[in-house]
Amino acid sequence: MQLKHAGENAVLISFAEENAAAPPGPREAAQVRAAAEAARAALQEDLIDLVPSYASLLVIYDALRTDHFSVVHRLQALQGTIEAATAGGGGREIELPVYYSPETGADLERLAREADLTVAEVITLHCATQYTVYAIGFAPGFAYLGHVDSRIAAPRLTTPRQRVPRGAVAIADRQTAVYPAVSPGGWNLIGNCPQRLFDPHQDPPMPVAVGDSVRFVAIDRQRFIELGGELA
Amino acid sequence: MSLCVRQPGLLSLLQDRGRFGQHHLGLTTGGPMDLEAFLLCQRLLGNDPNCTLIECSFGGLELDVETDTLLCVTGAEAPLLINGQPRDLWTSHRVQGGDRVQLGHAEHGCRNYIGVVDGFAVSPQFGSTATVLREGLGGLRGEKLAPGDVLPCRPDTQRRRLQLPATERPHYGAQLTVRVVPGYQQAHFPRLQQRRFYSSPWTVSQRADRMGYRLEGPPIKGDITGIVSEGICLGAIQIPADGQPIVLLNDRQTIGGYPKLGAALSVDAARMSQLRPGATVHFAAISPHAAHNVLHLQHWRMRHIPLQSPPEE
Repeated sequence: MQLKHAGENAVLISFAEENAAAPPGPREAAQVRAAAEAARAALQEDLIDLVPSYASLLVIYDALRTDHFSVVHRLQALQGTIEAATAGGGGREIELPVYYSPETGADLERLAREADLTVAEVITLHCATQYTVYAIGFAPGFAYLGHVDSRIAAPRLTTPRQRVPRGAVAIADRQTAVYPAVSPGGWNLIGNCPQRLFDPHQDPPMPVAVGDSVRFVAIDRQRFIELGGELA
Repeated sequence: MSLCVRQPGLLSLLQDRGRFGQHHLGLTTGGPMDLEAFLLCQRLLGNDPNCTLIECSFGGLELDVETDTLLCVTGAEAPLLINGQPRDLWTSHRVQGGDRVQLGHAEHGCRNYIGVVDGFAVSPQFGSTATVLREGLGGLRGEKLAPGDVLPCRPDTQRRRLQLPATERPHYGAQLTVRVVPGYQQAHFPRLQQRRFYSSPWTVSQRADRMGYRLEGPPIKGDITGIVSEGICLGAIQIPADGQPIVLLNDRQTIGGYPKLGAALSVDAARMSQLRPGATVHFAAISPHAAHNVLHLQHWRMRHIPLQSPPEE
């Protein structure tokens, strides 16, 4: 764990290995999750915001109440707590239902063809992995999940779509995600999840947090509609 | 008991101090781009610093007053008319039902703050009324103000009128030095490239908005073009592959994967947001301790500059 300067009121806690050969994995995600909990408890009222991401936690503090030295000192002292919490695992496991089909996943058949797989095989592979939530950003409630099986990894579209429907389940490289709201987007669409991933009127507004794990479960058209899914 | 929007101008948004503590959901802060002008507007009205005001970018706002209250405009040097009579900025004015308020186009600076006693009463979302268009959150419907919008506010005839002395008012020019706390990724930029960054004049491009200000100048090249996405703070200076810096501001995305040279001081990011395309920016590096001193002095000043009673109207 390293502490780095990011700005007048921001310190980055980094868990990335210098010159690491592999991208950050579930271990880093668990460290980030543990660090977020520990930093919240340690800084209390001095904390303004936390941004967990792949292998780092950005800590934004109130520089009118405290200073860089105090924050770094208090964060440094958390190393043991974070390691202990990381060893204990911690993240929740969440299942999300997905209706995989050409009518909900405009790129499903093309992705299968380009991967030299059947549509059923693509679905099986997408459901077989337990994904880690690495980051939340881009749009409210947009969770980056990784890593998809390399056989169904697919580059972003050259021309992003103007309108991706809410709930769209998509792949970009070795990442997968559920679009929490209608938005433009360049990921490959393979299905739709009827469960709301971001709802300002719910508490908590999101069913997942960074460091949790997610597994997708295939459902049929009827179940999709029963669960409140909408066909475009 | 309200103000009614006749003309919103190009971009008028309701803003409180900002939406804090929600970055883990991917929500940005929003809030006033020029915190100094925003906080002084609150003081001139006797308000709590988190009241909801209008941020009007590039002028052109017209309001119909339907309630007795004080009204104050701070920020860019734009002509203010109340019932056709020119009125001072940085001054609270008594207004009453039937009055018309017109804010023209700015000669210097580009953002104004328009407030009334205790601000506008709108419901917060995620703890804040700050409008962020990209997220569709805050304000009246997560949108910019439109003709016919009704902004509820309470009546007041008690508060004292106040004025910021002319000598204390900021002047928004077309040149600015932005102080920067260098960040750890600076190591990815060779010494020569760092020199180039800190010694070159930068021009504010057309792509300058509430998300960030993109600058034009000699390209800065680092030894990496991308990093694993990480959190971004206010003022962070990203260098994308084309070498043209972007200073990230209130509506920035919360995570990003471009390398960063450091972060602008919040005080200077606020001043920068008054610059228009074509203005010139220089950067100067300072230590985090010096940055904290600047921050404390600025906030002390904003809380304690003596205000005066304005002449009778």
